[in-house]
Amino acid sequence: MSMLDVKNLQVTAEGKDILKGLDLHVNAGEVHAIMGPNGSGKSTLARALSGHPLYQVTGGEVLFEGRDLLAMDPDERAREGVFMAFQYPVEIAGVNNANFLKAALNAKRKHFGQPELDAMEFITLVREKSKLLEIDDTMLKRAVNEGFSGGEKKRNEIFHMALLEPKLAILDETDSGLDIDALKLVANGVNAMRSPQRAFLVVTHYQRLLTYIVPDFVHVLSGGRIVKSGGKELALELEAKGYSWIDAA
Amino acid sequence: MSQVAEKPTVFAAALEHRPQGGPRWLDDLRSRGAAKFAALGIPTVRDEDWRFTNVSPLAAIDFAPAGPISGAAERLHGFAYTDAPLRLVIVNGRFDTTLSRAKGLPAGVVAGSLAVALKDHADVVQRYFGQLADFTNRSFDALNTAFVQDGAFIHLAEGAVLERPIHVIYVTGADGSKVMAHPRTLIVAGANAQATVIESYIGASGETYFTNAVSEVFVGENAAVDHYKVQRESLDAYHVASLHAHTSRSARFSSHSFALGGKLVRNDALAILDGEGGDCTLNGLYLADRDRLIDNHTTIDHAKPHCGSHEVYKGILGGASRAIFNGKIIVRQDAQKTDAKQTNRALLLTDGATINTKPQLEIFADDVKCTHGAAIGQLDDEAIFYLRARGMTYAEARDMLIHAFAGQVLDGVRVEPLREALEGELFEQLAKDLAEVDAARK
Repeated sequence: MSMLDVKNLQVTAEGKDILKGLDLHVNAGEVHAIMGPNGSGKSTLARALSGHPLYQVTGGEVLFEGRDLLAMDPDERAREGVFMAFQYPVEIAGVNNANFLKAALNAKRKHFGQPELDAMEFITLVREKSKLLEIDDTMLKRAVNEGFSGGEKKRNEIFHMALLEPKLAILDETDSGLDIDALKLVANGVNAMRSPQRAFLVVTHYQRLLTYIVPDFVHVLSGGRIVKSGGKELALELEAKGYSWIDAA
Repeated sequence: MSQVAEKPTVFAAALEHRPQGGPRWLDDLRSRGAAKFAALGIPTVRDEDWRFTNVSPLAAIDFAPAGPISGAAERLHGFAYTDAPLRLVIVNGRFDTTLSRAKGLPAGVVAGSLAVALKDHADVVQRYFGQLADFTNRSFDALNTAFVQDGAFIHLAEGAVLERPIHVIYVTGADGSKVMAHPRTLIVAGANAQATVIESYIGASGETYFTNAVSEVFVGENAAVDHYKVQRESLDAYHVASLHAHTSRSARFSSHSFALGGKLVRNDALAILDGEGGDCTLNGLYLADRDRLIDNHTTIDHAKPHCGSHEVYKGILGGASRAIFNGKIIVRQDAQKTDAKQTNRALLLTDGATINTKPQLEIFADDVKCTHGAAIGQLDDEAIFYLRARGMTYAEARDMLIHAFAGQVLDGVRVEPLREALEGELFEQLAKDLAEVDAARK
């Protein structure tokens, strides 16, 4: 089943054309890795798909389960099941992580006409999901991302994802700045969520993450377009040869 | 001199008929207050302390001294924690014995009418009254002093501990006519005493009046006073107030000021840390909208060594409102090991709202820690987007961030029913402001 259909997507940010006609097709159950050198537009793709207001779509279309994703507000995209794990998770002073998650979860439930979770149900769910990512109580009680280490922030993102159970998860350089232990934790969290109903778009600069989250497809982004697609072995090839041979080709 | 001629003879008629009687020293004090006010006049924007706050509209209204009004009990309804078990109600400057309740106070605690205390506790009142509210250069303190008649008096003898908070409620009302009231509060906590006092200033919506309050708080050696001020005047009212606090050795004073009402509001909070090891917290949260103006001036005077002060003022501004924050910290030469921290933040909900903010540090000691920070701005777009990317609507995200912003001051309120009521009032008012902001966006 088609999850995401990106056709000839063109995006500008701060007056610069970044994506210049990008095509991508993702089916449910698949994991796609988006790789590419700095400035190739990887993060722009992630942010445009999540509806960041600074990224303007100037052409093309994006269908999410056959519906026009670009017509939806960022929050509607989220409630419909598109999740983005931020490259730089934002610190939200004064908002307790657990309360925030409860609000997010209930916003989604309300959207689908489900009753809100009560405190007990929420805690049970949090306990279950927090174990895998080693999220402790203090991280739940603290303000969202405030004073979190880099690794804690990324784990927290994946924890949010685990609770919100999206259909399409976009991981924007979730591996950057992580040590190997944190990387394994994050990868385990993602792998535990892989299912035939869910798709992942893993944006990364490095092949390392893909050792732990093994993709079905690897795409190489350069100059705002996908210039090469292949299986997981493409990532290894990129690791061995670097990105320069792509541009030369 | 032309300067003299320029001075408006504001409230001249009222001053001529100012209250009289009581002890002689008080009568003298009133006369000096009246003379000082006549000499100083109403401050102008040429006065550094009033640069951004033009009080001339207030002076243009011929406010008459407030007299008795009907329906005082009803006027308490709908205001935060006015159902407090311990409350002193002062209506238009007169202590209301029927509405006040101060039964079952522990031994050593007096709470009641200032006018009564002038007779029953004459020595204590004379010793402390007016000692902090020096009106040499403060015309509104002088004006208040000229009109002293009644108010609230709270005294804790050495070691007396008052576990329940006392709510002092100042009601100003006019039934349509334009009146002014000059509330006066005197709080004296002896050594090792402990008290929580809330001062509320309320008035019926739509009424135009002028409240000019002065409060003095003496915190004795090793004593602790938590002070809350809830300003919920009519949105057409003028409110000028000064809170003066004095701490002795190892004393602790905290002030939490909530300014939700008033058309033109000026709050001065002045604390003198006058004994070693004292500690002072001055926190404030204010909310302005329409064309309202809220001016907070604070002064923390570190006069002795090893004192700490903590100050957080936060404002939420909508409409074409204006705010002023001026936070002065003085560290005297003798006040080594001072630890002073000041934070001042304002959230502007509209392009029309403005704030003028100024930290003012005057440090004469060399071994001190003084930090200050100011942040003025709109809500953080990245934070809004982060919340939206988790499924919250724009309005939900914004509300969550504003609640968090205000929550940092609200959380400091340790009187649970007061905090809950304040939260309710604050967010009810905010919801209206935000609905206007939304309407303007469309």
